[in-house]
Amino acid sequence: MRHTLSETWSGLRRNVTMTIAVVVTMWVSLSLFGIGLLSAQQVDLIKGRWYDKIEVTVFLCTAATQGSNCDAGHDATDAQREVIKKTLESNPEVASVTYETKNDVFAQFKEVYKDSSILGTMTAADMQDNFRVKLKNPEEYQGVVSATQGLPGVQKVQDLRGILEPVFAWLNLARVATVGASLLLLLAAALQIGNTIRMAAFSRRRELGIMRLVGASNWFIVLPFLLESLAAALAGAVLACGTLAALEQFVIIGKAQPAIQTVRWIGWDNIGLTVLAVVAVAVVLSTIPTLIATRRYLRV
Amino acid sequence: MITFDNVTKTYAGQTRPALRDVTVDIGKGEFVFLVGSSGSGKSTFLRLILREYKPTSGSIYVAGHDLSRLPAWRIPRLRRQVGTVFQDFRLLPGKTVSENVAFALQVIGRPAREIRQIVPQTLELVGLEDKGGRLTDELSGGEQQRVALARAFVNRPPILIADEPTGNLDPTTSVGIMKLLDRINKTGTTVIMATHDSTIVDQMRKRVIELADGELVRDQSKGVYGY
Repeated sequence: MRHTLSETWSGLRRNVTMTIAVVVTMWVSLSLFGIGLLSAQQVDLIKGRWYDKIEVTVFLCTAATQGSNCDAGHDATDAQREVIKKTLESNPEVASVTYETKNDVFAQFKEVYKDSSILGTMTAADMQDNFRVKLKNPEEYQGVVSATQGLPGVQKVQDLRGILEPVFAWLNLARVATVGASLLLLLAAALQIGNTIRMAAFSRRRELGIMRLVGASNWFIVLPFLLESLAAALAGAVLACGTLAALEQFVIIGKAQPAIQTVRWIGWDNIGLTVLAVVAVAVVLSTIPTLIATRRYLRV
Repeated sequence: MITFDNVTKTYAGQTRPALRDVTVDIGKGEFVFLVGSSGSGKSTFLRLILREYKPTSGSIYVAGHDLSRLPAWRIPRLRRQVGTVFQDFRLLPGKTVSENVAFALQVIGRPAREIRQIVPQTLELVGLEDKGGRLTDELSGGEQQRVALARAFVNRPPILIADEPTGNLDPTTSVGIMKLLDRINKTGTTVIMATHDSTIVDQMRKRVIELADGELVRDQSKGVYGY
């Protein structure tokens, strides 16, 4: 064991610049990989929170608004309102229907924009009566939308999901791009490790030959190289995990959480899972290229 | 100890076999000279004993192992029973005499405590007892070959193979090495030595096996180098 460890250490020292290069490459690519994993978890958290709140809002015609189902200059009539209400309540996908008057909406508006100058420019008459529809399954909004869109008195049917969908699409794209870029970098890191070990084995080929002659087992011969690449990869992994932890502490907890409180942000449990994945990837990415690179020196 | 049974070896891409139908039996404790001109098959013979290659046909038995049935993972174990000495010494560069000899013990996992005892004893056997701390690059050819012998012998293997051990040495130094090999042989180790050195062969009068063009042409006890 002592011999193995001393060989490992001398191997790492022998080519310090290459070791550093491997550590840095691993650090960057594993950090990126970790960020990709964290983004995926974050998106899931946001989705989980917001999808409950997905509502379809059926806006009714008012004197001030225009729509293909509206009588210009008139509010929706009570009869029309009844029809819309019945259509919604009888729809099997609908969980609940809540009616808001212009005044209800205006009260909310005053609350949200209380510090804003817009307040002075708007009145209750500028708001729209609406039905807020909670769905049993947020994914099944299409049916409700198409059922109510053409009804007289309906100015517009807005579904929040339609608004959020593009946001999620972009978030997913960002996540895929991050993970994709990290995979390319990880591939480069793996090749770099394979190359470093191949050069190390080549420069030690006399010793390896003598080891085989004297009857050293393959395991004894390969172990120092495995430990060498593992040490460099794990050093990079530790730096990457530190980076991710710093991200959590200073960016998420420090800045994002206080700034946007309505979103549930990733926490230390997410970091923990990601750290495990990062370490596992580091181990695999150092072991396999090393075994491949040393194969020809193990042939009896 | 070593048995070759109708062994033929043709290297890939060659038409002429390096060894052709060689049958020979070497017993425990024997001292055998392997002679022949370059290309006669001496190195092939020794490499086959070390299981560096497999014979194209025929079977080889070394220290009780049937080499054709030996799985790859057991080859290291076989090699630990065959000490080797070469013309170019094959010592680890940048390491001391003691470290080189200890290496053979380290690879088989002997504890450091034992190694610290065994290495000086072996160095005394080969006459290098006060050179343990010297780097091998600083030694003369004769001394380096003694280190190689010490390493080959430190595990007390049943067989010792020497491939032209005196090839790089002057006649006087060669005699010293041969005396050492003789002493090792007297402890019961089977010694097979390939050589071009006719003087040594003629002096020692041991069993001589001669190869020519891959064939065994002479097997003579108390033999000389040539007729």
